[in-house]
Amino acid sequence: MTSRHILDRLTSAVVRTLAFAVVLFALALAVGLYVKSRPVLYTHSLMQLLCTSAWRPRQGEFGFLPFIAGSIAVTSVAMIIAVPLSLLSAVYLAEYAPTRVRESLKPIIDLLAALPSVIFGIWGVVAIVPVVKQLGQWCGRPTTGYTVLAAGLVLAVMVLPLIISVTMDVLTAVPREAREAGLALGATRWETTRHIVLKCAAPGIVAAIILAVSRAWGETMAVLMVAGNVTRLPRSLFDPAYPLPALIANNYGEMMSIPRYDAALMFAALLLLVLVTVFNLGAQLLLFRVSRRWQ
Amino acid sequence: MSTARLARERATLFLMQLALVCVIAATLFIMGTVLFRGVPALTWAMLTSLPTGGFYLGKGGGILNAIVGSVLLSIPATLLATLVSLPVATALQTEYLPRSLARIVTVALDILWGIPSIVYGVFGFLVMLAFGIGTSLLGGILTLTFLMIPVMTRAMSEVIAATPLELKETAYAIGATKYETMRHVILRQSFPGLVTAMMLAFGRGIGDAAAVLFTAGYSDRIPRSLTDPAASLPLAVFFQLASPSPIVQQRAYAAACVLMVIVLTISIGARLLGSRARRFTIR
Repeated sequence: MTSRHILDRLTSAVVRTLAFAVVLFALALAVGLYVKSRPVLYTHSLMQLLCTSAWRPRQGEFGFLPFIAGSIAVTSVAMIIAVPLSLLSAVYLAEYAPTRVRESLKPIIDLLAALPSVIFGIWGVVAIVPVVKQLGQWCGRPTTGYTVLAAGLVLAVMVLPLIISVTMDVLTAVPREAREAGLALGATRWETTRHIVLKCAAPGIVAAIILAVSRAWGETMAVLMVAGNVTRLPRSLFDPAYPLPALIANNYGEMMSIPRYDAALMFAALLLLVLVTVFNLGAQLLLFRVSRRWQ
Repeated sequence: MSTARLARERATLFLMQLALVCVIAATLFIMGTVLFRGVPALTWAMLTSLPTGGFYLGKGGGILNAIVGSVLLSIPATLLATLVSLPVATALQTEYLPRSLARIVTVALDILWGIPSIVYGVFGFLVMLAFGIGTSLLGGILTLTFLMIPVMTRAMSEVIAATPLELKETAYAIGATKYETMRHVILRQSFPGLVTAMMLAFGRGIGDAAAVLFTAGYSDRIPRSLTDPAASLPLAVFFQLASPSPIVQQRAYAAACVLMVIVLTISIGARLLGSRARRFTIR
């Protein structure tokens, strides 16, 4: 065997090992968080952790319901705002816009995707929170402005580029013949888009939305800066919320001084990890099936 | 065409254009807000001095610690992540791993890609506890490395997969080994794309606050060794915006402005590079 072949064998081994290391790392992440959250899982049942709302770490009471409800609330508001806006934009860019318009507007949306979350956070604090405060006063609901609505608005803008780019990819993958068939039958452009293109692309669009839910669910800093962070079940748009990631980010400093507090926060991280992974796997499966359909 | 159908066509088109205008307006609104607040706060002293005593009460100093800290965290992390991402992206080619195994690695990468950065931060913190490392530059670099690996690998494997099959076949046909083919043909061909992938990962890493919150800590000084805590721009924004003093808040705006300019420059640069350098590759 010449030195060339030895080098080849050696690099192959390194390359394969690193690939497996990535898989192992993903497993280590889940196992590590599970092991560290076990102390709280021994003393509390899963039902107690997920479905009660008493959060008194010093008394050993860990009810995650307010945080889970907070996450659900801000994510839902974000989706209600973001989904129609981004789907309409994506359909326009992929199906209607002249190439020149698409080529000049897509980079702007990519820039939106590149912005760090603290930038969204600072925008939320400076521009959105005062507006929400004003809105609350008009509606007879005086607030500080740091509310579910503010967090939802900021999150909505954060997930726009994700839904737009995934949806555009899915739409462009629909074969042109499908559109031509519709137009040839005398359907208008919108009828073709709605009854043929969107129908073909539907699983992929669902995947785009799931990916966005998962991104919103795990977003930390921007939400932390505008959600208000009060441990209480949010009952309206003008109530503050305290989503799970914000809980972790706010309390890591003191968690070591209270027994089982660290385990509870690790459980919160595990909860994020599990939910986000389920969402992502579901979305990837849908996308995989869509891409196979056209091959 | 009946008027009702025509009206529906027009109405949906209008709605779509309206939605797109909203999206673009939101983007410009965000950038405008940060620039509008940040540019007046940006002075030469702000960029080039460290915080002095009483900084957080509104006394003198600047955000140099955060700027230098961010660079010291993100550049080594990008290089380390490249050391893993490049081989892994290559491994996803069929010569190295059979389809089924490559599929498993891809799924693992997809999972890692979706994991929120706060979870990386928590995990990094756990690992550091296990090894007895406190909040430090080293901890921050390692956590950012893990955060960047899935982003970078995904981008790189797309680039490598896009190289024409004929090039690879030609190399193998003249007797090159797998390593030689990768090193001299595939890497050279996809080099611009790989640099773009590194820049995108750098942009992701430098802007991330949740991952460095527990792991790199925060410090008013420039770290002198790997075990010193390091400040970062996103955390400078986060901590100083929470201050009640308007003078300290000014510094949050300045830090946000610097961060945004860095990230946007990198992002635009990466895309330009990607399209420019394509002239020098074989198609």
